[in-house]
Amino acid sequence: MRFSENWLRTLVNPSCSSNELAQALTMAGLEVESVEAVAPSFDKVVVAEVVSMQKHPNADRLNVCQVDVGMAGSKLLQVVCGAPNVDVGVKVPCALVDAHLPDFVIKQSKLRGVESFGMLCSAKELGLSENADGLLLLPENAPNGMNFRDFYALDDRVFILKLTPNRADCLGVFGVAREVAAITATDFVLPEIESAKSEITDTIIVCVDKPEMCPLYCGRVVREVSLDVSTPLWMVHRLERGGIRAINVVVDILNYVMLEMGQPMHAFDLARVGSEYSGKIYVRYAKTGEYLELLNGENLELQSDMLVISDETEPLALAGIMGGIRSSVQLETTDVFLESAFFSPEVISGKTFRLGFSSDSAHRFERGVNFAATRDALERATNLILSICGGKAGPITEVKNILPKRNVVKVRLERIKRLLGIGMESRQISEIFARLRFNFFIDDEVFHVTPPPYRFDLAIEEDFIEEVARIYGYDHIPASLPRPIMSMLSESEVINLSPARLKHILISRDYREVINYAFVDANWELDFVNNLSPVVLKNPIASQMSVMRSSLIGGLVANLQFNLNHKQNRVRIFEIGCCFTNNEGNYQQTENIAGLCYGDVVPEQWGQVARNIDFFDVKMDVESLFWPEQARFEKFSHPTLHPGKSAQIYKNDKVVGWLGEMHPRLQRKYDLPKPAILFELHIDSLSVRALPKVKKLSKFPPVRRDIAIVVANHISAQMLLESMNAEKAVIISEIHLFDIYSGKGMESGKKSLAFRILLQDSEKTLVDKEVDEAIAKLISILESKYNAKLRG
Amino acid sequence: MKNLENLVSEAVILLDKVENATELEQIKARYLGKEGELTKLLRGLGMLPQADRPAMGNLINQAKKSLEEALDRRQKIIEEQKMIAQLEGETLDVTLPGRGSGAGGLHPISRVLARIESLFRSIGFTVASGPEIETDFYNFTALNIPEDHPARAMHDTFYVDSVNLLRTHTSPVQIRYMKDHRPPLKVIAPGRVYRCDSDVTHTPMFHQVEGLWVDDNVNFSALKGVLIDFMQKFFEREDLPIRFRPSFFPFTEPSAEMDIGCVMCDGKGCRVCGNTGWLEVLGCGMVHPNVLRHGGIDNEKYTALAFGLGVERLAMLRYEVNDLRLFFENDLHFLEQFN
Repeated sequence: MRFSENWLRTLVNPSCSSNELAQALTMAGLEVESVEAVAPSFDKVVVAEVVSMQKHPNADRLNVCQVDVGMAGSKLLQVVCGAPNVDVGVKVPCALVDAHLPDFVIKQSKLRGVESFGMLCSAKELGLSENADGLLLLPENAPNGMNFRDFYALDDRVFILKLTPNRADCLGVFGVAREVAAITATDFVLPEIESAKSEITDTIIVCVDKPEMCPLYCGRVVREVSLDVSTPLWMVHRLERGGIRAINVVVDILNYVMLEMGQPMHAFDLARVGSEYSGKIYVRYAKTGEYLELLNGENLELQSDMLVISDETEPLALAGIMGGIRSSVQLETTDVFLESAFFSPEVISGKTFRLGFSSDSAHRFERGVNFAATRDALERATNLILSICGGKAGPITEVKNILPKRNVVKVRLERIKRLLGIGMESRQISEIFARLRFNFFIDDEVFHVTPPPYRFDLAIEEDFIEEVARIYGYDHIPASLPRPIMSMLSESEVINLSPARLKHILISRDYREVINYAFVDANWELDFVNNLSPVVLKNPIASQMSVMRSSLIGGLVANLQFNLNHKQNRVRIFEIGCCFTNNEGNYQQTENIAGLCYGDVVPEQWGQVARNIDFFDVKMDVESLFWPEQARFEKFSHPTLHPGKSAQIYKNDKVVGWLGEMHPRLQRKYDLPKPAILFELHIDSLSVRALPKVKKLSKFPPVRRDIAIVVANHISAQMLLESMNAEKAVIISEIHLFDIYSGKGMESGKKSLAFRILLQDSEKTLVDKEVDEAIAKLISILESKYNAKLRG
Repeated sequence: MKNLENLVSEAVILLDKVENATELEQIKARYLGKEGELTKLLRGLGMLPQADRPAMGNLINQAKKSLEEALDRRQKIIEEQKMIAQLEGETLDVTLPGRGSGAGGLHPISRVLARIESLFRSIGFTVASGPEIETDFYNFTALNIPEDHPARAMHDTFYVDSVNLLRTHTSPVQIRYMKDHRPPLKVIAPGRVYRCDSDVTHTPMFHQVEGLWVDDNVNFSALKGVLIDFMQKFFEREDLPIRFRPSFFPFTEPSAEMDIGCVMCDGKGCRVCGNTGWLEVLGCGMVHPNVLRHGGIDNEKYTALAFGLGVERLAMLRYEVNDLRLFFENDLHFLEQFN
């Protein structure tokens, strides 16, 4: 909502500056986005009439003008002018000698030998517009010599309000005035609206098919209207400052009343309504297959939930939203039918969103228009038309049904005090409600308030409590901290759903956290997880962000590419985020953690041989996320990963993720010079950890024995460890793989693994015999299960 | 006896010239070894008359002791010199960089989230979360935003199908939490939210923190108290100017918008605050009775306050990040500044 401050101050004039007024409005919930001066400062510019004009003797493009600037004795001023549109008889602003214009000062001067005592001005020279198309032409009735700032009412400011959707009552200057009066406790009387004199009897019959969607419809015929008069300057200025472009005088008047009273109106060209003098219009739902060519040029296919105004043959206007071209008022129009109606918010709201355009009218109706002023607005518009355009008005046709209810709301003083946390008295509440012009009475500290017809946001007790707080001033409510009953938060040590712990593990292992968009390119889902049916967005913001990710890998690879392009050669990143899968319309959402490592295992540095990161470097990072629990790794195949360098990760026999080197095919496709190591895990698998239960420490020294065995290459270390751990003697406290060898000196297809075995008893020192037996048992397990040989 | 004195002084002179352990050993052997000169003298005691023996023995022992002390002193000096020589050879350039891997860092958004969480936890708030694909009901209807309400259009929602959408705010967690827990409740819900909007000041995904406090004594005054406390602690500025303006949210009544004095220009007016001196940082209010009812809470018995704040905004102000998009580019040069 934007409006002229001077206009507002003709209605209510609080004794505060523009900035103070803006501040007061903002602090009362009508946020003032800006206060802008209508014109920059300038002086000594007056209305001038070009009385005579001669070609400049020495310059083709210049004219020497004698202008009347209202000097005594009809003395004329000589001004040299180069504007193409200067002519005898035109009225224009003239800057006199010593005038300070926004960009320069006017001096008496000689232009190619001819004296000039001022300058005729364009709108641009006065800072009124960007447009430099010649002189600013003024109406014929502009009084010569009048201060141009006064004539154009330029000492004014435009207020722009950023209204919240609940405050439609302030979409008219009357409404803003009412609010300003309440906020600043200033007197304000709403201007009296007189009924227009009705001189003819012509009417149009209005048939409202859907009274619940249009509970009130007022219309009247006005004949012999002359549209070739120009809209009065004061009205043009108020419209312009309200952000509304002048169109033609009748439309301008209706827009003016909308800006003034908040009531959108419409004028139909009577000659285009129905057959000649059939005199009937309908307010009904559109029929399927009907079309309406709207004022914005769109030929709209109407839908059956759209309310239209129609005559007997076809729709004329989209009710409350936009008129149709065919019945619109044109310059040659002489007879009009004026409409002022109350359309229910529910029949308008959502439509503009669906249509993809809005209008000043729809904007107001969908938020709620004052239904007590529908008829007054029509009278006001008629009066303005009759006085500006002439014409003869017919009587008002009013079709009234059940208007929105305004139920009395009980507002308890005790509840006000409790919700706001301040002590207040009945007297204060009464004063606030009176300032807001609410109808109310008090009964035993309970206020019975009837919401006014222009407020659609006051229906429950809390709504009125907000009004109390608003007028009392949020700033006057003291801040305090309640004193709750103290009780500690219960925190499980076993289940830790916060990812903070995991983040800190990876950060301390030199990973950097990234955050990517959750919508990704559908190709990433195909490339990285072979996901053919991802969760698809109906209205993506871009085609490469059209599906929801089921894996974090795509984003990490994109981050890698970005950083390689920015001259990084070592990247270690991870992300924690929600991943989405589509199980035939059942959307599953899981929190994942994924990492990517690329480049040198440690940053390039002195004293250390550079080595590319590999599977096992990252495996330790992944394992650290599980500690103290152990994850199991098993060879598997995954579309993203190198088939020989990828593992599925299990915790308690459940698949919880994977780890591996990127498949060379993808590495080429994504243009990566070296392979990246990737992992991804479900976070819930990492959120539960057993509570430590300490075992008794043995006082007796441990015994260490190392064994080296030879097995076939395909036997995995994990198989050996699991078999040994499953059947080992109780005195074996730890089995640890510490070396692996294959190659020279080893039979082909075989490898050697060396294990460190620690043995310990909690009750006594172990004797050689027990140790030998335990080791022999281990070896026999490996021999029988894996055909292992002790390495000689 | 002059012989004995000479012997000692001669040995001391020799010792002063000794440079290493071998020479020292040689001198030791020469005087104190089996065939050493002092040893011989001791052995020769038996030749002396009985009466002279104790005095002579005493003298020889004294000479032996002082010789041993001299040997000891010299040995310490030699060891000290040897240590100095060794250490000199081992000296490092201690200004060379340390070896191994460095440490990574949290994303600035996570860092701000962690800070917000810890501040609210310090006054007893727990942390909850909710789904990012939400239903129309939880995202809108339960929050008192009926279908076709103008507020829905303001939200620029991403839809998955006719019922499911990407949550446009973290407020639905309020409803879910109220349904699952009995008051009093103190909870914050941090998370990602989505809106179909992308330009210099909007990204289609961003982060919010929702807060909810339900009890029999929370009121608007407490709402102001908690949020002023939070902002001043967050920015570590006890004098941070703060104002509350009436606003509109369908899920709160009364509703307020909270502004802080611009932290970039100290309220003088700059590009960041659009020359107003104020920055809009969060929306808040007393929870609407309809929302409490959807959460299964008796709105006569309990009152509730709620707030929702934008994490990116706070991160930008806190770390002087001038471009929102930097948060999602994941440029390591940017991220490395948040170790």
